[in-house]
Amino acid sequence: MNQGKARRFTLQVNGREHTLSADENSSLLDVLRNTLKLKGTRFGCGDEQCGACFVLVDGRAVPSCTLPLGSAVDKVITTVEGLGSSDSPHALQQAFLAEQAAQCGYCTSGMLVSAAALLKRTPRPSEAEVKQALDRNLCRCGSHNRIVRAVLRAAAAA
Amino acid sequence: MNLAVDPARAAAAGTPLPGSLRVNRRLSQWLKFHREGYVEVFSGKVEIGQGILTALKQIVAEELDVSLAKVRMSPACTAVSPDEAVTSGSRSIEESGTALHHACAEARAIYLSAAAERLGVPVASLSVVDGNIVASGGARTSYWELADDRLLDREATGEIAPKPAEAQHVVGMSVPRLDLPDKVFGVPCFIHDFELKGMVHGRMLRPPSAGATLQSVDETAARAVPGVIDIVRDGSLIGLLAESEAAAEAALSKLSARWSETPILPDENALGAWLRAQEVETSFVAGNAPSARPPVARTVKASYSRPYLAHASIGPSCALAQWHGSKLHVWTHSQGIFNLRRDLMLALHASEVVVEHVQGAGCYGHNGADDVAFDAAWLARAAAGRPVRVQWSRADELAWAPFGPAMAIDLEADLAADGAIVGWRHTLWSNGHTSRPGRADSPALLGAWHLAKPFERKTAINPPLAGGGGAERNAVPIYALPAWQMINHHVLEMPLRASALRSLGAYANVFAVESFIDELAIAAGESPVGFRLRHLADRRARAVIERAAIVAGWNQWARREGAGHGLGFARYKNAGAYCAVIAEIEADAEVRVRRLTIAVDAGRVINPDGVANQIEGGAIQATSWTLKEAVRFDRSRVVSDSWEAYPILRFSEVPAVQVEIVPRPDCGSVGVGEAAQGPTAAAIANALFDALGVRVRSLPLTAERIRAAISSAP
Repeated sequence: MNQGKARRFTLQVNGREHTLSADENSSLLDVLRNTLKLKGTRFGCGDEQCGACFVLVDGRAVPSCTLPLGSAVDKVITTVEGLGSSDSPHALQQAFLAEQAAQCGYCTSGMLVSAAALLKRTPRPSEAEVKQALDRNLCRCGSHNRIVRAVLRAAAAA
Repeated sequence: MNLAVDPARAAAAGTPLPGSLRVNRRLSQWLKFHREGYVEVFSGKVEIGQGILTALKQIVAEELDVSLAKVRMSPACTAVSPDEAVTSGSRSIEESGTALHHACAEARAIYLSAAAERLGVPVASLSVVDGNIVASGGARTSYWELADDRLLDREATGEIAPKPAEAQHVVGMSVPRLDLPDKVFGVPCFIHDFELKGMVHGRMLRPPSAGATLQSVDETAARAVPGVIDIVRDGSLIGLLAESEAAAEAALSKLSARWSETPILPDENALGAWLRAQEVETSFVAGNAPSARPPVARTVKASYSRPYLAHASIGPSCALAQWHGSKLHVWTHSQGIFNLRRDLMLALHASEVVVEHVQGAGCYGHNGADDVAFDAAWLARAAAGRPVRVQWSRADELAWAPFGPAMAIDLEADLAADGAIVGWRHTLWSNGHTSRPGRADSPALLGAWHLAKPFERKTAINPPLAGGGGAERNAVPIYALPAWQMINHHVLEMPLRASALRSLGAYANVFAVESFIDELAIAAGESPVGFRLRHLADRRARAVIERAAIVAGWNQWARREGAGHGLGFARYKNAGAYCAVIAEIEADAEVRVRRLTIAVDAGRVINPDGVANQIEGGAIQATSWTLKEAVRFDRSRVVSDSWEAYPILRFSEVPAVQVEIVPRPDCGSVGVGEAAQGPTAAAIANALFDALGVRVRSLPLTAERIRAAISSAP
């Protein structure tokens, strides 16, 4: 990343407006993690290849590691923290727990974000559609089948 | 005091104690009751996504008769935890779990004695309900009321038996993982998420190749980046510190270094030949049945190989370090905090080092976790007492973390006239399978080898065969054979850094052995299931094969064009979990694995869903290794340093996996983290032969290798 000039930005993240001063070339991931302290979105590769850093931008699952802050302004951004919490969990989060759909859990946030985007556009996906939607997200532990079951469970519960 | 445990006996030090109690003999090293109403538990094993803390918590709750909510697992830290060496080898249940079974059973007895004295009743009249100790007459106290550290400040005797299987209520239940809620709700829980007051960010500039040395570096542009604190160089080791992560990244990209490279790597397409040409240390074991060997009708030979494999964690290695004068505190996702501490002391001359575990992403063996801890500690010396966080890049994770070493394996079998195996020779060539920290007189830490006065990089070793071995893991046959020998040629030259990858040599050895067994079965005109059973005496081994065959419907398989099924079996380390895998695949130009049916016997199971999760995950990861993975390199550089260049299995390629646990409540518990790797590889290769009639003996089973096998088929 080249460092540019610091500017003031207003971001809509998880239903809240955040005004912050940041370098215009900052990645959204860096701002989420280091400025807003939303650590649920993870760095995996920095090159849009693994899905660990996915967030919802206007409902689409996109990598935040390369998304310049400037491109995130005026968009509705939802991170894993914005999907739900232990007090008020998203159906997907409940389903991931019910299926014990993780091992190390490092990819989990990105999986949840991809799945949330899928269920928004396709509320009752087939198994093949779930796999297709998650194909950009890498999991190294081999939790794939549990994750697919969890997404189907969440869809059935909606 | 009327103690159930005789302190005179406890003093008989030297008595072998079960599990990790053997080397951490004091009960107070394992648990501590608190007046606030909970028990704190110390284990030296760490959570790496395998669910160990949940399983250990179940064991504690079971033995103490307290609810899971009253058990707090303390994060492993060299300052407070028992030294259980490394969380590896699928040994945590056997080592830490066994220790906690016994330590908690004994702690319970000690507290019951104290309760009996307090209440003036016989111990036999007491029962424990969620930590409340209740006498049959109604008098009551509790662990919490009696909490007194002096009670457990003694050596364990090992004389209080843990609960028998039939009395267990919590062990054997699929208790949900303790750590998953945080991971599902995005709560900071990984070392990557950890922040300390005044923390600064470090980045390392690694050489372009293993044989490279730093000639010169132009720091001007990097130093001009706002927020850069310092650029630190010592020999070929170079890194920088900045106030923010973004500044550190920006400066790193502007750091311009000139390196001289030496092409020290072998030809990636001729690894077998390279391995066989190196200087080796050879070890040999053999077995012979006392009865006369039936006559040999013919001898069959085949050669197999695997490439270098990357651990390829989804999260890059990360660590934090802070100096207080000459004292160092390190936060790490290392699997071996005590061993890391030892090597950090060697490398950095600290007067005192505390190493604390914080969860990382799955590691699957010795990845960059220890190395980055050194990087952070080394950079932190230039940070004037501020804590330093270092995170590796994806490229460094894939190119600089240790690899699971390449292997070449020759198998020979002498067959009797009826096809029975009467002689067996397994010969292998491989680097050692571990170069973890804490085991040599020179630190096994990447950065320490690049200093101006470098520490020596030692070649990888193999753990003793008695403990499962390294390269030779699972190379000693489990089949009942009248005569066998195993020769391990330990390759000493190590141009690519080799160390422990999940299952060590077992993955390739089982792939080879179980492929070869299939070849022999087919040559004898027998079913792969029947041929294995004919050569297996161990009833538990037979049971998992039979179970997998029934569940998969082996005998009902309907043959069709381009589809095949295959079997692979092993008992991990010949001493751990039994695992049989049946793969069903489709194959044309490439292999698509559709279904894996797996039967596993892990003795008494602590958490059935935990076992299923580990076996499923192991099988899917092994499918990825088997179909897709190989570290790629030219004669100087590792080039597979991105997910594009080192692809792993994706959702659309993942097979259905069904896991059947063969219940053995009366057998000792064993771990399952590495049981599925080898059998899965062999099952897929055997299914490929079943589908296409060609035998691919070199991993991975790529389209290119399948084409080559087809064109060279007779």
